[in-house]
Amino acid sequence: MLVSYKWLQEYVDLTGVSAEELGERITKSGIEVEGVDKLNEGVSGLVVGHVIECEKHPNAEKLNKTLVDIGEEEPVQIVCGAANVAKGQKVAVATVGAVLPGNFKIKKAKLRGESSHGMICSLQELGIEGKLIAKEFAEGIYVFPEDTEVGQDAMALLGRDDQVLELGLTPNRADCMSMIGVAYETAAILGKDVKLPEPKAAEISEQASDYIKINIEAKEDNPLYVAKVVKNVKVGPSPLWLQGRLMAAGIRPHNNVVDITNYILLEYGQPLHAFDYDRLGSKEILVRRAKSGETIETLDSVKRSLSEEHLVITNGAEPIALAGVMGGANSEVNADTVTVLIESAYFAGASIRKSSKDHGLRSEASSRFEKGVDPARVHKAAERAAELMAELTGGEVLAGSVEADYLDKSEKTVSTTLGKINSVLGTELEMKEIENIFARLQFRSTADNDTISVIVPTRRGDITIAEDLIEEVARLYGYDNLPSTLPVVASVPGRLTDYQKKRRVVRRYLEGAGLYQAVTYSLTSRDKALQYALEEREPVELAMPMSEERSMLRLSIVPQLLEVLKYNTARQNDNLAMYETGTVFLKDGVSELPEEREHLSGALTGLWGSHPWQGEKKPVDFFVLKGILEGLFAKLGLEERVQFKAGEMDGMHPGRTAEVLLDGERVGFAGQVHPTVQKEMDLKETYVFELSLKMLLDAKSEPLHYIAIPRFPSITRDIALVVDKVQSAGELKEIIAGAGGRLLKEVGVFDLYEGDRMEEGKKSIAFSLKYYDPEKTLTDEDIAKTHEKVLASVKEQAGAVLRG
Amino acid sequence: MQERLKELQAEALEKVSAAAELKELNDIRVSYLGKKGPITEVLKGMGKLSAEERPAMGALANEVRDSISVKIEAKQVELEEAAVAKRLAAEKIDVSLPGRPVRAGSQHPLTKIVEEIEDLFIGMGYTVAEGPEVENDYYNFEALNLPKGHPARDMQDSFYINAETLLRTHTSPVQARTMEKNAGKGPVKIICPGKVYRRDNDDATHSHQFMQIEGLVVDENIRMSDLKGTLEVLAKKIFGQDREIRLRPSFFPFTEPSVEMDISCKICGGKGCSICKGTGWIEVLGAGMVHPNVLEMAGYDSKKYTGFAFGIGAERIAMLKYGIDDIRHFYTNDIRFLKQFSVTE
Repeated sequence: MLVSYKWLQEYVDLTGVSAEELGERITKSGIEVEGVDKLNEGVSGLVVGHVIECEKHPNAEKLNKTLVDIGEEEPVQIVCGAANVAKGQKVAVATVGAVLPGNFKIKKAKLRGESSHGMICSLQELGIEGKLIAKEFAEGIYVFPEDTEVGQDAMALLGRDDQVLELGLTPNRADCMSMIGVAYETAAILGKDVKLPEPKAAEISEQASDYIKINIEAKEDNPLYVAKVVKNVKVGPSPLWLQGRLMAAGIRPHNNVVDITNYILLEYGQPLHAFDYDRLGSKEILVRRAKSGETIETLDSVKRSLSEEHLVITNGAEPIALAGVMGGANSEVNADTVTVLIESAYFAGASIRKSSKDHGLRSEASSRFEKGVDPARVHKAAERAAELMAELTGGEVLAGSVEADYLDKSEKTVSTTLGKINSVLGTELEMKEIENIFARLQFRSTADNDTISVIVPTRRGDITIAEDLIEEVARLYGYDNLPSTLPVVASVPGRLTDYQKKRRVVRRYLEGAGLYQAVTYSLTSRDKALQYALEEREPVELAMPMSEERSMLRLSIVPQLLEVLKYNTARQNDNLAMYETGTVFLKDGVSELPEEREHLSGALTGLWGSHPWQGEKKPVDFFVLKGILEGLFAKLGLEERVQFKAGEMDGMHPGRTAEVLLDGERVGFAGQVHPTVQKEMDLKETYVFELSLKMLLDAKSEPLHYIAIPRFPSITRDIALVVDKVQSAGELKEIIAGAGGRLLKEVGVFDLYEGDRMEEGKKSIAFSLKYYDPEKTLTDEDIAKTHEKVLASVKEQAGAVLRG
Repeated sequence: MQERLKELQAEALEKVSAAAELKELNDIRVSYLGKKGPITEVLKGMGKLSAEERPAMGALANEVRDSISVKIEAKQVELEEAAVAKRLAAEKIDVSLPGRPVRAGSQHPLTKIVEEIEDLFIGMGYTVAEGPEVENDYYNFEALNLPKGHPARDMQDSFYINAETLLRTHTSPVQARTMEKNAGKGPVKIICPGKVYRRDNDDATHSHQFMQIEGLVVDENIRMSDLKGTLEVLAKKIFGQDREIRLRPSFFPFTEPSVEMDISCKICGGKGCSICKGTGWIEVLGAGMVHPNVLEMAGYDSKKYTGFAFGIGAERIAMLKYGIDDIRHFYTNDIRFLKQFSVTE
């Protein structure tokens, strides 16, 4: 809502309160003032001029040479390029020395050999938006009415010597979608009175009821309809003050009749519609739901199909307006209109919202009805419109109004107690202060002991419960004045759950290991949603996606991280290590909501270790990735329970991918991205993993328990085993550990040889075995038997022979 | 004989002084003090001396030997030290060369903000509650006093999966779920961080996905002044002690009274600039006293219980705090962006 500071002064005395200060105080009391606009900012030196001569420029076809009386002793010559300039016009002249928006200074000039002392202006050149300028002046210069006095300040005449407060209204404050509503609010804030217009149109003896009958079929959608009739109107431009006010409020002037309805909409917040009475096609207004199959052509020349959910105004037979949203083309006021029927009605919000939504039409009118207008203003608005029509169009107002009224007029009372107010706010207000606040708001209230009852004015439909009253008290008392305390609650220890704690440990570990945390979008394309999923399921799909690229919820994070790598490598950031913890979504045929699982995913590419001047350049490989994950599992106490098993997966290198098993159950995968995918994405060798974070963190680890530090020396035996190339080291290690029994404390690979000195199809893996007995110092004899058993086992189970 | 010894002594001492290497010194030792050395040679002539002369000569000979030996020892230490010094000098490195980098990553700035706020509230006795990102219309809207057809639903156009489920538009459904689980009993003190989704075209200031953090306290006797005090603690913690805070009334369907909190603009110091749209204030969060309908729907007696709730956008906080100008940076994960947040403040 755009509020003219000058116009507001007609209702509230703003002496001593500047527009900026008012803006601040309104903001602090609950309606955010998003800006205070000075309409004549950076504009000066504009006067009304009279074009006394106008002829073609001798040397330029598109220019005119004019002589303009600007109220000074001598008229001035001005060269004007506007096509619509003509002798006899009253125009806005930027005189020599004037300044126009954009710090455009007007100087004496010579145009194609003719001197020019100023500029005849269009409204756009004065800083008015094109969409607010009446259609006839949208192109070319603006022309004032003939009787405009020469030499006056042109900006003031257009109402531009004003400031406009831009109110950002929340949906509950529909009451401030009108000047009178803002006046009530302002008066309450400043502790002043509101002066309201008291419209009384002079009526002729002819009765409006002889012209029209009103019937309402849809009484719930339209409980009140008031019509007034004005005849002998002369449709023409509105007076300048009215045009100026409309433009300041962001509404384009049309003609006096339409402008008056818009003016009332701004003043009372009551949308009106003006019908051309002679084009109604009947003497009856019938408000009803449309019939399915019915159509209407609205003012914007669009033919619309209607359904039974749309409320229409009809002439008894066919629709003449889409109620509360837009009038019909068949009954539109035009230049020839003589008799006007003014409609002022109360339409229920839900009904208007439905029409507005279905037809994609949001107007100043519909947005007010949707949020609820003040039913008490319906009559006054009609009366005020009639009064202005008589005054500004020369029309004659017929006696009385015709109406159908099914409105519930019972008063709404809301009560609360002083104790409740103070306990909710944490204040120690007294009843007198509360009463005073309601008085400022012009709410009638009665205090009875601790209880205060308020009769809620019809304009404040947002107030329905005690808490609403408490808010009114708080905002007028001032949030600044509320005390600051902290909640006093029975002491509960604040803490993270074990899961949340461990999740933080995982993050810190990975960051310490050199990975950066990424956060990516959950919504992705169908293709990406399905890639690298740990479990194949249908992705969850949006009903109405904004784009294909963001139409599905992800089943895995890897594709998102690959995008991150691609984005970065395309920008010469080549060495990357990223991880993300986040939700993936699995469609669940049974329950309403999809299953959400938290995953941990990572992606690494480029160099891992790089220390160039000492000759180190280590690219990421599978074992870098595996080392990071092993460290993570150790951190979570799951080291012994996790296994890496060769596995295959779409989009992954078939020979460099491992399934990760926890207690034998698959919790994810790790490995190299398939070279084809790497190439498609312009990535170097890239390694990724995706794990079910939930499964990892839910796995109960053994409680921490101290193990005595060895007191006796251990014995280490190194063995090099020749095995088939396909033999996995992990399996060998398991065999060794199994056979080593109680004394074998550690087994580690320390060498791998696959070179040409080996027999075809064979390789050598060397293990280091550490034997230790907590009870005594071991001798060679002590371990001989065990070690023999180890060697026998690997031979028997893996065909391994000791390398000679 | 005496003279010869003195002569040998002088000669040997001179050679020791002149020795430049350990080997040379050793040769001197062997040649003068060895069994075949000149001193031994001289002493072989002792037999010719008288019994009276012999002890004196013997003593002299020992003295000469000792003096040479002492000198050699001293020289040896000197030469050894010189050798060490020489080796160390040769081992000198250029300490200005770069060190071997330790690989370290860092947390995402949004996590940094979220964890900072979580920790602040955990310290004040809150627990961290989480909930699903795909929600029932009921928890996302209806339980929060936003029945179907409510005009405020327009404020947050949503991504629906079907008529009854959608991507949550705020983390408030976690509040509704937590209260429902607590079955009408207090106290509830939670902080709920999480991803939320709204139907917005991504640009510098809009993102279809963002991170929200909400707080909720419900108990008997929770006052609006408690909300004010809590928000002040939060704002000071995040933005620093020197920023001014302003609370002003606002509207949210799930709170009554409702609050918006502004902080004074850091860029212009409150004078008004383009960042704060000339007002000197920047909006940072929404809050309010829990609407009685919300309490009642979750099974709380609104006559007995009151509560407050607040919601804050992690991106907005990070943007204001670190001067980030484009919200998309949080989701493109440019490493040059992420790296900047590894510094401990």
